Amino acid sequence: MKIYADNAATTKMSRAAIDTMIDYMENHFGNPSSLYMIGQEAKDRLEEARATVAGIINAQPREVLFTSGGSEADNQALLSAAKFGELKGKKHIISTAIEHHAILHTLKKLEKQGFEVTYLPVGTRGIVSVNDVADAIRDDTILVTVMMVNNEIGTIQPIAEIGKLCRERGVLFHTDAVQAVGHLPVDVQALNVDMLSASAHKFHGPKGVGFLYVRKGVRLFNLIEGGAQERGKRAGTENLPGIASMATALTESVENMDAVNEKIRPIRDYLIKGLGEIPHSALNGDAVDRVANNVNFSFEGIEGESLLILLDQRGISASSGSACTSGSLDPSHVLLAIGRVHDVAHGSLRLSLGEDATYEEADYIIEAAKEVVAYLRSFSPVWRDLTTGKSQFIL
Amino acid sequence: MALYSDKVMDHFLKPRNVGVIEDADGIGEVGNARCGDIMKIYLKIDDDIITDVKFETFGCASAIASSSMATELIKGQKVEDAMALTNKAVAEALDGLPDYKMHCSVLAEEAIQKALEDYQSKKSQEK
Ligand SMILES: Cc1ncc(COP(=O)(O)O)c(C=O)c1O
Ligand SMILES: [Zn+2]
Repeated sequence: MKIYADNAATTKMSRAAIDTMIDYMENHFGNPSSLYMIGQEAKDRLEEARATVAGIINAQPREVLFTSGGSEADNQALLSAAKFGELKGKKHIISTAIEHHAILHTLKKLEKQGFEVTYLPVGTRGIVSVNDVADAIRDDTILVTVMMVNNEIGTIQPIAEIGKLCRERGVLFHTDAVQAVGHLPVDVQALNVDMLSASAHKFHGPKGVGFLYVRKGVRLFNLIEGGAQERGKRAGTENLPGIASMATALTESVENMDAVNEKIRPIRDYLIKGLGEIPHSALNGDAVDRVANNVNFSFEGIEGESLLILLDQRGISASSGSACTSGSLDPSHVLLAIGRVHDVAHGSLRLSLGEDATYEEADYIIEAAKEVVAYLRSFSPVWRDLTTGKSQFIL
Repeated sequence: MALYSDKVMDHFLKPRNVGVIEDADGIGEVGNARCGDIMKIYLKIDDDIITDVKFETFGCASAIASSSMATELIKGQKVEDAMALTNKAVAEALDGLPDYKMHCSVLAEEAIQKALEDYQSKKSQEK
């Protein structure tokens, strides 16, 4: 059996998204900045895609800026807010401990430039508290940035409430909605966000395309200098095939969203129950406030990379927060933030289901995980110490 | 290309010398759960020759394959030759490891050295 269960890493492009891309490469190759008909036709199509995306998130077309993906959108949002905040003498930013590296590394860079960042905790459920955000806001706070859905543990953050709070307190609010767009309803008015990042490859569109929603009146700073594309805020000839394909993929994902979520949520819960039968294991992140496709478990006494490779041998593609999968020495910052100690964080498994997931596949995954975990434990010195009482079980 | 060589996969999927030696002459444990790799080596030594070796590893595929390969390399060897085993030799015997995984093979070298030191200190105490 072949099961792709790493949809939080990337998704397979939909047939319609591929068809759009090919059609644009073959038939609409013009440069939207050119004056002749072929160029102007491309321009019209670019604006059509922008209107489609804007309509879906309840924004004005001019508030949607196309980018090379989620990372660029995150960088531009944060660096812009910082730069314009600094002009007003404000240098404080609020975020959380579980953001994606596109956010965290940008914040680290800003810290080096003299900005102060408050990283809010997320508790064992993996959800930030609105009260904590309220308490952290200061007179010199320029920006709050909180992701909508965490990419590792799938927890859904209270974005609308934080947005309302920031609006009341007059602080800019950005959300990295890369894991949310196409999977949850995203309405920028209802969420009260000023900026929002999204990436096409997380909803069956192409890689290397995304967008940044920027509320009218919020100032942006260019990361890329050059031509006057994207209202002068992002130079470079537009990736029209990618952008049009993203619009197709988003339209389709949003149309299917409710049906997909209703179908896969019970399969997710079935997996959580099945994996929970493995002794000394635990679900990471809240069981209820999480996206329908995410399962994240820790298994005590084993290491995640070897688990992944053995699952791969059985046809299952998944992911882990172990250090050895990232090339760093520390396991996932997200698992550490929800209070998992290093040993337990290394032994984690993330499954992110696709739309076509079935109970049969879930059974296969559960069986495979049971076998592989038992096998790895059979020669793990950590497991030996746990089972002989030399050290104490945590899970 | 796959992440690992066929040799690494072979040793990871069918690790040699897995287990414990109850009456081991030398035991070495290195690493910690914090960094994600722990290796424990058990040696049986007769007349300064390693007659049996077993290992237990908590770690990634590189760490498990390195443990397995390292035990094969030292089995039947003289203590002083085993002492000279380097992680580079282990990695080479595995047809290479990805750069960022080299540190996982260091543990095999260190665990063996620690087990040999344990053997030597036990031996000197007996005298
Ligand atoms: C939450 C989150 N933010 C940002 C990104 C980066 O998006 P991209 O790969 O399009 O740069 C990802 C994808 O890995 C993500 O999951
Ligand atoms: Zn390793």
